[in-house]
Amino acid sequence: MRLGEIITAGVLALLSIYLMVKSSELEIGYISGEGPGGGAWPFWLSAIMLICTGVIAYNWYKRTSPPSQSTEPLLDRYGWMMLLKVGGGLFLFIALIDVISMYGAMAVFLIYYVGFLGRHSWFLTLSLAIILPIVFFFFFEGLMRITMPKGLPFTEPFFNVMYEIIY
Amino acid sequence: MEILGLLGDGMWLSLQPLNLMLILIGVTLGLFIGAMPGLGSVNGVAILLPVTFLVPPGSAIIFLAAIYYGAMYGGAISSITLGIPGASTAVATTFDGRPLALNGRASLALVTAAIASFIGGTVANILFTLFAPVLASVALNFGPPEIFALMLLAFATFVGLGGDDIPKTIFSICIGLVFAAVGFDQISGAPRLVFFDISGFLHGINFLVLAIGVYGIGEMLWTLDSTRGKITSSEAKMSFKGIVADSKEGMKRGWKGTTVGSFLGFFVGILPAAGATPGSLMSYGVTKMIAKNPQEFGKGHPGGVAAPEAANNSASTGSMLPMLTLGIPGSPTTAILLGGMVIWGLTPGPRMFVDQSEFVWGLIGSFYVSNFFALAINLAFIPLFIWMLRMPFTVLAPLIFVLSVVGGFAATRDMHDVWLMLGFGLGAFFLRKFDYPLAPAVLAIVLGPIAEPTLRQSLLLSSGDPAIFFNRPIAGPITIAAIILILLPLFKVIRDKMRTRNAA
Repeated sequence: MRLGEIITAGVLALLSIYLMVKSSELEIGYISGEGPGGGAWPFWLSAIMLICTGVIAYNWYKRTSPPSQSTEPLLDRYGWMMLLKVGGGLFLFIALIDVISMYGAMAVFLIYYVGFLGRHSWFLTLSLAIILPIVFFFFFEGLMRITMPKGLPFTEPFFNVMYEIIY
Repeated sequence: MEILGLLGDGMWLSLQPLNLMLILIGVTLGLFIGAMPGLGSVNGVAILLPVTFLVPPGSAIIFLAAIYYGAMYGGAISSITLGIPGASTAVATTFDGRPLALNGRASLALVTAAIASFIGGTVANILFTLFAPVLASVALNFGPPEIFALMLLAFATFVGLGGDDIPKTIFSICIGLVFAAVGFDQISGAPRLVFFDISGFLHGINFLVLAIGVYGIGEMLWTLDSTRGKITSSEAKMSFKGIVADSKEGMKRGWKGTTVGSFLGFFVGILPAAGATPGSLMSYGVTKMIAKNPQEFGKGHPGGVAAPEAANNSASTGSMLPMLTLGIPGSPTTAILLGGMVIWGLTPGPRMFVDQSEFVWGLIGSFYVSNFFALAINLAFIPLFIWMLRMPFTVLAPLIFVLSVVGGFAATRDMHDVWLMLGFGLGAFFLRKFDYPLAPAVLAIVLGPIAEPTLRQSLLLSSGDPAIFFNRPIAGPITIAAIILILLPLFKVIRDKMRTRNAA
């Protein structure tokens, strides 16, 4: 945790500097008759962020904050594996949306999570993976008129059938 | 009398079939969401806000407020039966609720929690009805300097009273405000902070993307890491006779806690940084302090359940007071509600009491109705909620993730925002590990679009002189109070150092 605390502070300091540079693309001072420039607000806030990371680093050096005193690892083996499996699963879920549609990606994610990670029965897994996307389809497309991504053209015939049911 | 008439109209509005149905669904969903470990009112409201675009704004906010209410009741269920707080607002409930459950008195703890919540909610509703119109009428005279001073006060309370690491809190506030500035400069219309020239940033960062990322994804990852799926539920057998007997015992032994929690919770709830969690912890502490036998607390005293439960319900209503009257949310949940109101085309603040009187009083009326139904549903369905709590986390978690992704897309209909939400979720998970408070960032991204223009307008009015925030009769005291709050942690450090020196 101790090493992680200072690395995080360092990354956030770099982010603050980047935000300051990016903000300064617009005027950061006071423009007579117009008030503060468009970049002033984010620039000075980013400057405060940079100062905060400096104080966080000082507290780390002085070992006053709980993470800076901790000898525990940031994440143990379980934590890293959980993050890899769940975070990775979420990443693939979102990546698949543009390929096999929101509903298809949802079904794949549910099969992956409930069936493989949760090790539940195939009956429960497939029930959830089939019923939930259908319920979501009718709720969003039918009731709320919110169109979700449909993925690549090969999904069209399936959605044509579904839309015929709605309209 | 006029207030009673308006309240009557509001209650009548909230009893209309659509609104009543939404209250029942909202309260039930809220109870379930609140009861689920790792999920609280803020998660429920953030994840479900996108689905409210189907109904009129008045009904939508009633639905979300009902979720808020239900979640406050529901938090106690998992605190008592699982020993894991459903939300941070129910942490104090575990102190005595869990020992009661382990002693075979889970039903006493659950009934005491439900009734104390109802009383806390009712007291808060009455206080709200009395205070809100007065505060709103005062706030009608506010100009840009006063509004900015109030924003400063809201952020200052997080620094002075939040209890978190100060530089990390300030960092969180500032990054939320910077995220709110992404998109176009409101005054010059020039593109601003368009990172790596990605066009998705041109429409800004929607507060829901951050809120769902933090509370839907980040918090679930954190819960998965911290609980490791080791959750065991206590049995609670409920019967009508048992409920009556437990109600009598709970109130007899818990009336002091209920009274303390009801009033203290409301006033702590009004403070933007404080809200229901410190309100419930403070009420628990005060009740223990004034109890005849404080040594019984922590071992299973109904007063130790009543105080935090009355307080968290009371505080949830209290936190709505600054949101509706001043346009400043009193908690992360109300920050999201406020953001929702802006999406629905409403401008929260004192003008709402004049321009949208029906909306405001409909919402206030719904507090009373929601409070009643939350009690009834809670008592009737406690066994069902306990059964549902046995739902494996490996089923609940993917459902939450799916809702988060779908909700994140529905909010802006842009895949860029879904990716951004995943980034925020992962970032929030790590930042939480290092004790960075994230609620201030969510509050800031909601208030940013109000804070920046009011600051710029104020400085334009004064030709760049910041004294405008000090020499106006209302803005001055608010700004000074904000500065004192910001400096409060510094005073504490100096005081502690002097004490150490004197002791040496």
